[in-house]
Amino acid sequence: MMPVVLWTDALIFLLVAGLAGLVALVHRHEHLAAPWRRIAADPVAVSAAVVLLAFTAIAVLDSLHYRPALPPGPHGEVQYAPEVKSALDRLLAPLAERQEKTYSAPFATRLYAKEVIILADDSTVRDYPRLQHGGAHLAAPDAGLATDVALRAAAGLVLAVAAWLLLVLALRKRLRRQQFAGGALLYTLLALLVAAGVLAALAPHYHVFGTDKVGQDVLYASLKSIRTGVLIGALTTLVTLPLAIGLGVSAGYFGGRIDDAVQYLYTTLNAIPGVLLIAAAVLLMQTQLETHPDWFETGAERADLRLLFLCLILGMTNWTGLARLLRGETLKVRELDYVVAARAFGVSDGRILLRHILPNVQHIVLISVVMDFSGLVLAEAVLSYVGVGVDPGMLSFGNMINGARLELAREPVVWWQLAAAFTFMFILVLAANLFADCVRDALDPRSRRQA
Amino acid sequence: MTAYLLRRLLYAVPILLGVNLLTFTLFFMVNTPDDMARLHLGVKRVTPEAIEKWKAARGYDRPLLVNAEAAGLGKVTETIFYRHSLAMFAFEFGAADDGRDIAGEIRTRMWPSLAIALPTFVIGLMVNITVALILLFFRRTYVEWSGVVALVAMMSVSGLFYIIGGQYLFAKVWQLAPISGYQEGINAARFVWLPVLIGVVGGVGAGARWYRTLFLEEAGKDYVRTARAKGLGEARVLFRHILKNGMVPILTGAVAVFPLLFMGSLIMESFFGIPGLGSYTIDAINAQDFAIVRAMVFLGAVLYIAGLILTDLSYTLVDPRVRLK
Repeated sequence: MMPVVLWTDALIFLLVAGLAGLVALVHRHEHLAAPWRRIAADPVAVSAAVVLLAFTAIAVLDSLHYRPALPPGPHGEVQYAPEVKSALDRLLAPLAERQEKTYSAPFATRLYAKEVIILADDSTVRDYPRLQHGGAHLAAPDAGLATDVALRAAAGLVLAVAAWLLLVLALRKRLRRQQFAGGALLYTLLALLVAAGVLAALAPHYHVFGTDKVGQDVLYASLKSIRTGVLIGALTTLVTLPLAIGLGVSAGYFGGRIDDAVQYLYTTLNAIPGVLLIAAAVLLMQTQLETHPDWFETGAERADLRLLFLCLILGMTNWTGLARLLRGETLKVRELDYVVAARAFGVSDGRILLRHILPNVQHIVLISVVMDFSGLVLAEAVLSYVGVGVDPGMLSFGNMINGARLELAREPVVWWQLAAAFTFMFILVLAANLFADCVRDALDPRSRRQA
Repeated sequence: MTAYLLRRLLYAVPILLGVNLLTFTLFFMVNTPDDMARLHLGVKRVTPEAIEKWKAARGYDRPLLVNAEAAGLGKVTETIFYRHSLAMFAFEFGAADDGRDIAGEIRTRMWPSLAIALPTFVIGLMVNITVALILLFFRRTYVEWSGVVALVAMMSVSGLFYIIGGQYLFAKVWQLAPISGYQEGINAARFVWLPVLIGVVGGVGAGARWYRTLFLEEAGKDYVRTARAKGLGEARVLFRHILKNGMVPILTGAVAVFPLLFMGSLIMESFFGIPGLGSYTIDAINAQDFAIVRAMVFLGAVLYIAGLILTDLSYTLVDPRVRLK
């Protein structure tokens, strides 16, 4: 197998490394760690963080890309498959490879559409054919389905609870600390483990969330969509932060012409409705990609490039809000005594910005990053609907919703694709919103005074 | 006041000029007319003659900024920048790819858009404020706690699901409203009420939470304590004092929603088949009609700036301390 590092993979690893560095930095400084300790004592924040970490883990697993080796050719040379796979694909291989012909409902054993079936005695009948994979192990599907599902789910549940109990035993001593919502951590883990256990027990034998139009397992599509959502939320901040911090802080600190220029820039950008600016930029990006087919080799690289550009565009349109906040805060901080003193001592501007201004506005940056995340995940779905989102061939919540919404007109209704996208998106965004609230309460001195 | 208005209008000019320059750079310099022609005529198998013809039909065959061949003023006016970009200041948007006049389309399509956006905005504002005040009224009880939980849950649902779910339930299952379409005049109400309802419900989560933080901040101030101390009832404190003093931030927030309103109706209109500006824009994006997108970007900026000026004016109505000089 040949490892492949797509652009977004590299950036997501960079982001994870940066986050790890940040955690180490916070850990070493007491004044930085104090607000995070308050967050760790909040059960809601801990539960939300655990859920977010689980989603991030799936996204990171899905970012370890490789091209599988094909069976060696006649002369023993090594060849690689053209399509790019990820570690998550490998884990979910039993899900990904079990394609049906078209739609099938969750836990169905028969196809959604009627077909002509040739019976043993060469006569034909129009009926719903058995699925190739979903419930294929059952001899009499209509009778034994409910018991089989219940038994398998129970087995998964028991395994999950057992794994959780082991985990509790292992972590018991370490979690019993002051000011840490250990209980919330354990119960969230229990919920996650039970969900994963039951799904893992059922998914190899049934299509838990049904199958989509081309017969692909919807659970697989949902799990793959997580990477797209998390990536858009996370990578966009990578673009936003340098712009917002650089322009916002220097506008507030230096004032004068620089301030005028930065203010003009963000007022102008703000004046354009966000969606239209994004749509315009994405349209142009599409034309550029279409007229430069030499930029990418495989379809995955093209989709990846498009995702990267989308994050870039979202970042370019998103930095204005944070820049305005940072400018205002810097205006306040730069008049404080310690900054005046530093200037009187002849400390250079760069050093004042780095050592005195930035540390005192960093809470605004952090709050805005976590607050923006959920909005960006939601924006992806809307943009995909408008037609300016990620590549149509890429699995994402927006594309899932987009593909499923017209099927509500069918009879009987094809609801499972929407239900799956709704569930996964709701959990991700809810966790992000709750975590963001707790971070804001802990870091924002204004809201602390209120409480 | 007149002097203030005049100054604000003058401020708007450089901003609009900036927007204009930005769209010009994006649509004509980054993405040259040749690129556009190739995209529309098919990327492969396209002759230079066909490209020239496509450009000539739209007037894109002129030079970008300076026309060296023309005489006198023509050096500046016979260019793409003057004809297609600066002309937008006179609301001359030119023709779309299907040959229809964009400005005329906008004039007829703005009414259905307004019929949805305006009620959504006004009713939504009232509902959000009411919910926020009710939550404040039941402070530190289970009502407040469960209300806030519900709001966070509601804002975690993608707007698309509100539209899809609402359309499915009300229009398809219960058949209370037409699934899509629009009619002029009094009949419009039949088509409009469902999108408005969905827009209001979809906005409550984020909206009411935002107003709640505003009111909470207001409720911590000294005058509220004074009002309570002199024996005013809780309802009177909330509605006479806190609401009134919260009006300025409420209005500021309302304008912040203004562009979002535009975006929301973009999707709503295309789901319900309403022939407004939103569906016009979506169709243009899908057909890659750059002329329409450019016109809508400019129009959006104009609306935003008009909204900002209107907000400043409305401050004087709700707060007598505000004087515009």
